[in-house]
Amino acid sequence: MGTVFEKTRGLTDHVLHYCPGCTHGIIHRILAESLVELGLLDQTVGIVPVGCAVMAYDYFNCDTIEAPHGRAPAVATGVRRALPEATVFTYQGDGDLAAIGTAETVHAATRGENITVIFVNNAIYGMTGGQMAPTSLPSQVTQTTPYGRDPKVAGFPVRVCEMLSTLDGVAFAQRVAVNSPQRVMQAKKAIKKALTVQKERKGFSIVEILSTCPTNWGVTPLEALDWVEEKMVPYYPLGVYKDVSEKGVFSDAD
Amino acid sequence: MANKFLMKGNEALAEAAIRSGCHHFFGYPITPQTEISAYMAKRMPQIGGTFLQAESEIAAINMVLGAASAGVRAMTSSSSPGISLKSEGISYLAGSDVPAVIVNVMRGGPGLGGIQPSQADYWQATKAMGHGDFQVLVYAPSGVQEMAELVGLAFDTADKYRVPAMILADGLLGQMMEPVVFPEQKSDRLPEKTWATTGTKGKRAPNIINSLFLQPDELEQIVKDRFTRYQAIEENEVLAEEFLTDDADLLVVAYGAVARIARSAVRAARERGIKAGLIRPVTLWPFPKKLIAEKAKQAQNILVAEMSMGQMVDDVKLAVLGSSHVHFYGRTGGMVPSPNELLEQIQAIADNREV
Repeated sequence: MGTVFEKTRGLTDHVLHYCPGCTHGIIHRILAESLVELGLLDQTVGIVPVGCAVMAYDYFNCDTIEAPHGRAPAVATGVRRALPEATVFTYQGDGDLAAIGTAETVHAATRGENITVIFVNNAIYGMTGGQMAPTSLPSQVTQTTPYGRDPKVAGFPVRVCEMLSTLDGVAFAQRVAVNSPQRVMQAKKAIKKALTVQKERKGFSIVEILSTCPTNWGVTPLEALDWVEEKMVPYYPLGVYKDVSEKGVFSDAD
Repeated sequence: MANKFLMKGNEALAEAAIRSGCHHFFGYPITPQTEISAYMAKRMPQIGGTFLQAESEIAAINMVLGAASAGVRAMTSSSSPGISLKSEGISYLAGSDVPAVIVNVMRGGPGLGGIQPSQADYWQATKAMGHGDFQVLVYAPSGVQEMAELVGLAFDTADKYRVPAMILADGLLGQMMEPVVFPEQKSDRLPEKTWATTGTKGKRAPNIINSLFLQPDELEQIVKDRFTRYQAIEENEVLAEEFLTDDADLLVVAYGAVARIARSAVRAARERGIKAGLIRPVTLWPFPKKLIAEKAKQAQNILVAEMSMGQMVDDVKLAVLGSSHVHFYGRTGGMVPSPNELLEQIQAIADNREV
């Protein structure tokens, strides 16, 4: 009988530290599989964030740099400029990318930096124990919005793909989710597309992935999958927000 | 004969950095260091290097972190307020053992301060360049020629010990023009960096650049190992210049632009029959404490002159441990002391009177 499934060599044998029901593990796997299937793993430098994925340097089987909080796109820019042939990705959560690292995100995007950003949006700060994230939903209860997020006090959530898709440097922006097997397949396809955009030097690419945090949402792993569908997807519609990968972002600048 | 160029200190430093193999520069405009960025913007495209104007000082230092982690020589420059913003990234460079060069062309502070020359970032550079237990190499040029010479040395020494290095200049050195002869390039071959994150190419285990160690005993050991390297730096990399110190019983200690002014004052004091001498620390960390302690044996009085309210004077006091009287004279906020002001201080000490 042939092998039907095996662990990708894009991941190490480290035991993941993520909570039960957290979808970081799925996202790690589909990103690692994509790097292997596209033949990019051995030339890849991954930039990992501060947040729940802070120890991802132990999990991805490629060179990695642990960046200061929010600075991954700037670190990735430095790597990209030093190593024109490398594949460079950042792996960032919502606090890292859309709060403390907003400037680095926006400017790497508008420069058309040839990097791929994997943006894991679970609407909460997981690592520090469940505080409000820039993507926490209106009325969402967190440790720092104990009465629910009141936009009059705490402002509105940031829709990252919508915002970045207005920038000329962005070649590809898609929002996906990983709360069903079909969605996982779609997410992997989006990641492969983004990495291919980078490989062909078409510009900045980002895949936003709606993810779960059962621990800090206070729900079971199964309920968390429904929470994504019922609460997050309506506010963060799935889909392709920008795709100029055919021409690339610099075609008019030449 | 080597070519001599008339250049601003900032431009000489930039050109020398390129000649030292730095082909990746990430900057952000701030007075009085902007000429470094402008020069790099002009030169880097000519040599196929990278000049990138970052969105902030924070982004610039993190671009340096990325490029230097990939094994190339990378540099950023700024002036005092911008260096504060870079301190996060400098701490990560140190904590991840990534060598790079940071230039601080100091201006008056605190806060937005002013744009005139200052030495008020001495404590920051030598004691607290970011959070955590760490040091950076600190080189203090005293003229345009040294702006050119020390940047290559900073890269070499940073690579040797895998530590960040800082060129601590001031607005006076950055803006003034002097003839400069660029040091000969020792070799085009830069040291191999087997630790760099360049992609495994399928030939080795992944390299990881990281400063996170959650087990306290592990983190303690890593910091201690780094301090063993610092000890080697303190033993091997101290640089200082002496001027008329052989018989000096009154020692002036000054660095950077102030040392040039102090030199004139010492010479004038000698004409008055005062046995004055000058020690000019070229490395501020490691600090030339042994040399100062040695010379203090014959110098009852030491005058420390700075463009600050008195920062390096602490290190001089620690070096002599009470064996000499340590006096201080400082101007701050962008004010530059004149040779006569320093001469008056020297005279007052020689006369055993307070000014």
